[in-house]
Amino acid sequence: MLELRTIPWSARIGLVLTFIFVFVAVFADLVAPYSNTEVVGDVWEPVFGDHILGTDNLGRDLLSRMIYGAQTTIFVAAMATALSFGLGSTLGFTAAVIGGLVDQAMSRAVDLLMAIPTLIFALVVLSVLPGTLIVLIMVMGILDSTRVYRLARAVAVDITVMDFVEAARLRGEGRVWIIFREILPNALSPLVAELGLRFIFAVLFLSALSFLGLGVQPPDADWGGMVKENKEGIVFGIPAALIPAAAIAMLAISVNLVADWILIRTTDLKGGRGNG
Amino acid sequence: MSPAIVKLIAQRLALGVLLLLAVSVLIFVGTQLLPGDVAQAILGQSATPEALANLRAELGLNEPAYLRYFDWLGGILTGDLGTALSNGQDISESLGKRLSNTLFLAMWAAIVSVPLAILLGLVAVQHRNGFIDKLISATTLTSISLPEFFIGYLLVYFVAVELQWFPSVSTVYDGMPFNERMSAIALPCATLTLVVLAHMMRMTRAAILNVMQSAYIETAELKGLSPFRVIFHHAFPNAIAPIVNVVMLNLAFLVVGVVVVEVIFVYPGMGQYLVDHVSKRDIPVVQACGMIFAAVYISLNIVADIVAIVANPRLRHPK
Repeated sequence: MLELRTIPWSARIGLVLTFIFVFVAVFADLVAPYSNTEVVGDVWEPVFGDHILGTDNLGRDLLSRMIYGAQTTIFVAAMATALSFGLGSTLGFTAAVIGGLVDQAMSRAVDLLMAIPTLIFALVVLSVLPGTLIVLIMVMGILDSTRVYRLARAVAVDITVMDFVEAARLRGEGRVWIIFREILPNALSPLVAELGLRFIFAVLFLSALSFLGLGVQPPDADWGGMVKENKEGIVFGIPAALIPAAAIAMLAISVNLVADWILIRTTDLKGGRGNG
Repeated sequence: MSPAIVKLIAQRLALGVLLLLAVSVLIFVGTQLLPGDVAQAILGQSATPEALANLRAELGLNEPAYLRYFDWLGGILTGDLGTALSNGQDISESLGKRLSNTLFLAMWAAIVSVPLAILLGLVAVQHRNGFIDKLISATTLTSISLPEFFIGYLLVYFVAVELQWFPSVSTVYDGMPFNERMSAIALPCATLTLVVLAHMMRMTRAAILNVMQSAYIETAELKGLSPFRVIFHHAFPNAIAPIVNVVMLNLAFLVVGVVVVEVIFVYPGMGQYLVDHVSKRDIPVVQACGMIFAAVYISLNIVADIVAIVANPRLRHPK
């Protein structure tokens, strides 16, 4: 059983912070003092003045923008991660179960996709696609699914040769059954451990795209986009752009702390079940 | 060099060329055959039908796709990258200078970060599981979570604005004195170094530990060799290949990291050029830049492979 006191302090901090971020993101409408686009004061008011985090480059309340930004950032990153896992693990398991030419063709295609740096390929594709959220999620999810594919395939190749899979084959189960009822439950723990890392990557990737002006489009903002909006202030000594950048780092670090703990738990002693 | 190695290297190079060809197809397909009309995407929804037709003719969109691909590929092979849609300039001309700027920045980042990472990796191995090692691995965990622009703007805010040591905007121009150029690239270079350092260090540490825990090192220690001899005659030759691999992977990573860093510091390199033209939907420029980035990335990976083969005789006889 998982007991609270056996969780190391680093993972506890990570869990609490991640929970706060997610809570704020989900209840943004209730938590935020102002709306996303309302101009409430002068441009770049200082921190701890009338507004706790000051105002941004257009005089909007930075704290409210940060809260709505959390919503956008976490939502897009989570959707992209979900897509990359769904796609990557299904294809990876399929390749491992079918094997042969299908496996070869899929694996070489993934190698090819991975031969181009992700950011560069995303930029190339985004130059012709419309800048909507759905396109963004699709591009991020599909490009990232190559990594999940590799992991899922590697895990599944080991499982497909096991006796219980053979038994299922012999009693005439179809491929869908073998993939989802035999392989998936046994491949879950390494995949879950990877989930956190892929989510962090998605957050950082989205932030980089938005920072470059190719991610979430204004007036909606995610944290990367807010860094872009406020970056001109830095040279005048106005740290507004550092706040969303720090938030990205905080979110990534807290998820990382949790992921690290799960990774250690699942790689410890036979899948880590029952040893806290 | 024995013929076996030459053959293996030739195979890797041929594989690389094949991969580049496949990548060129992928980049072309990614920009040309996607659902939707490229001309419409460039001009926007309000474009008149005449303007659309003109642009389609200009882009050669009325020809079949494979002809356009071979046209484009032939152009690349002869050094003609076409002209930019947005300002009608020759792409090869504007790219040349920017490419050398980018490589200059990446080279200095590599010169600083590679020896530093290997040194720190060795220190971490020396103090394995001690305080320094724990500190290093905690820093690594943090630093892979930091976006490049956070590190970059922190440096700008504290080093360039508060302390005024270096300029916050990295302007470089032709005929710039060397020391001024170095001062201009100091901050972008520091940012890139910080971005790759932790990762490279951690991988170096793992590579050396892996070697140090193997049986032949134990044998060497047990037969009473001095630690110096153990490290330089037994551990080092075996650790070269993994370390070179780590370095090359990180250099490849550097080439990509440079995109964001150039935008942060307004450095006139390839990354900035690519990003500018992605938002202008200037497809020929995007294709050319994408191709060059991919080519550099793939070449670095091939160099890593080849060095590994030369340094490690075991890889010369694949099963």
